[in-house]
Amino acid sequence: MKHNIKIVVNGDEYSLAVDPWRTLNEALREDLNLTGTKLGCGTGDCGACTVIVDGRAVSSCLTLAVSVDGKSVTTVEGLAPSGDELHPIQEAFIKTGAIQCGFCTSGMEIAALHLLSNNPSPTELEIRKGLSGHLCRCTGYNQIVEAISVAGEKMKKCCHEEERS
Amino acid sequence: MRLPRFEYYAPETLEAALSLLEDRGEGAFVMAGGTDMMVKMSHGRLKPKTIISLKSIPGMDMISFDPANGMMIGATTRLADILTDLRIETHYPALIQAVQTMANVEVRNMATLAGNICNAAPSADSAPPLMVMNAEVSLASVRGERRLPLSDFFRGPGLTLMQAGEIMTSIHLPAPQVGRGASYMRISARCGVDIAAVGVGVEVRVQSGVFSEARIVLGAVAPVPLRASGSEASLIGKPLNDETLELVSDMAAHESKPISDVRASADYRKRMVAVLTRRAITQAYERSTARHS
Repeated sequence: MKHNIKIVVNGDEYSLAVDPWRTLNEALREDLNLTGTKLGCGTGDCGACTVIVDGRAVSSCLTLAVSVDGKSVTTVEGLAPSGDELHPIQEAFIKTGAIQCGFCTSGMEIAALHLLSNNPSPTELEIRKGLSGHLCRCTGYNQIVEAISVAGEKMKKCCHEEERS
Repeated sequence: MRLPRFEYYAPETLEAALSLLEDRGEGAFVMAGGTDMMVKMSHGRLKPKTIISLKSIPGMDMISFDPANGMMIGATTRLADILTDLRIETHYPALIQAVQTMANVEVRNMATLAGNICNAAPSADSAPPLMVMNAEVSLASVRGERRLPLSDFFRGPGLTLMQAGEIMTSIHLPAPQVGRGASYMRISARCGVDIAAVGVGVEVRVQSGVFSEARIVLGAVAPVPLRASGSEASLIGKPLNDETLELVSDMAAHESKPISDVRASADYRKRMVAVLTRRAITQAYERSTARHS
């Protein structure tokens, strides 16, 4: 029996009829065509499928779609909703050379968003711990750690300016 | 990677969950965080007919604490919420030591302590610290509730005393006491996101400078988290010094029954039991003397 669920993804509300055995990853990629979220290991080890559900970074491959009924999901597509202006995290990933093949990037960026929302000025160790569930097989991790540090600085600055204006 | 087919319920009361579980019988499985079940299902090792999620039951994710009765952690409390709870950090630091090494940020945002216990892996990080701190678990069924010491709970890899129709509703820790301290130490090949090759939990009570009570539990070196009762007994009446530590840690290594597998050899595990036991006793001792009422 399919379940009717309502989810808000990147600010847009969707009504979906999903089989109970459908994962959130499948629903995002196959039903909503939001293919920015990847599927890597399928076991919660690699981080490629990371999305934010109600403020928490989770593995979409380990989440049943039916269990997010009524909840709010942020995927990598939600970082730059207009498509024109990049999010400071995305900008920093490009500037520091933290992207090569890109497969881990959406998960890394969502994890970075979760980390920086809870801790706007993380130390290098805190960044590394925050990314401990993410694997990258191309660039090495140094540029990714640097990108998140740069993005954190930038995000603090823009929020600060917004507060002042 | 596709999951097998099952029916799914997310009842909003414990009573509804219990009667569903009773009604569906064999093939019905209870899910909290789901991080172990989802992996087992996608690997074809678990084929439930029915999944009953506990996550819609209000209040089941609560952590409550009072200095007289201790701590209660609900069955759907996420590991991430345990890590940020200052009461747990203050009164039960050994549990924080275990939880912070479990999996990664994303999994800790989903997974639960009750799930880690019910999954009953011999390497479960939460088991040794909870057992040494005399944790109890509450189990409910349509026939009523019972509370069991966690030290009786495990029966083998993946096997527990839980009966068909039962749901673990909460985990309880006794009130913190002056003169007691606990610690959990673990080792694995990588620093994080890795299953423990060895884990050692210790709780001690220190009176007049000597150990008057001790509990030592060894993880990942037997089919269940293992009480090292000989080592516990040999610690009683002794002060903290090198001689005591050597005696007790050697005995703990002797009492462990590890196997060789992909994570470590049996011989290495035995040696690490000794090292971690020594460190955990030392830290538990320090915490027992640092704890003020």
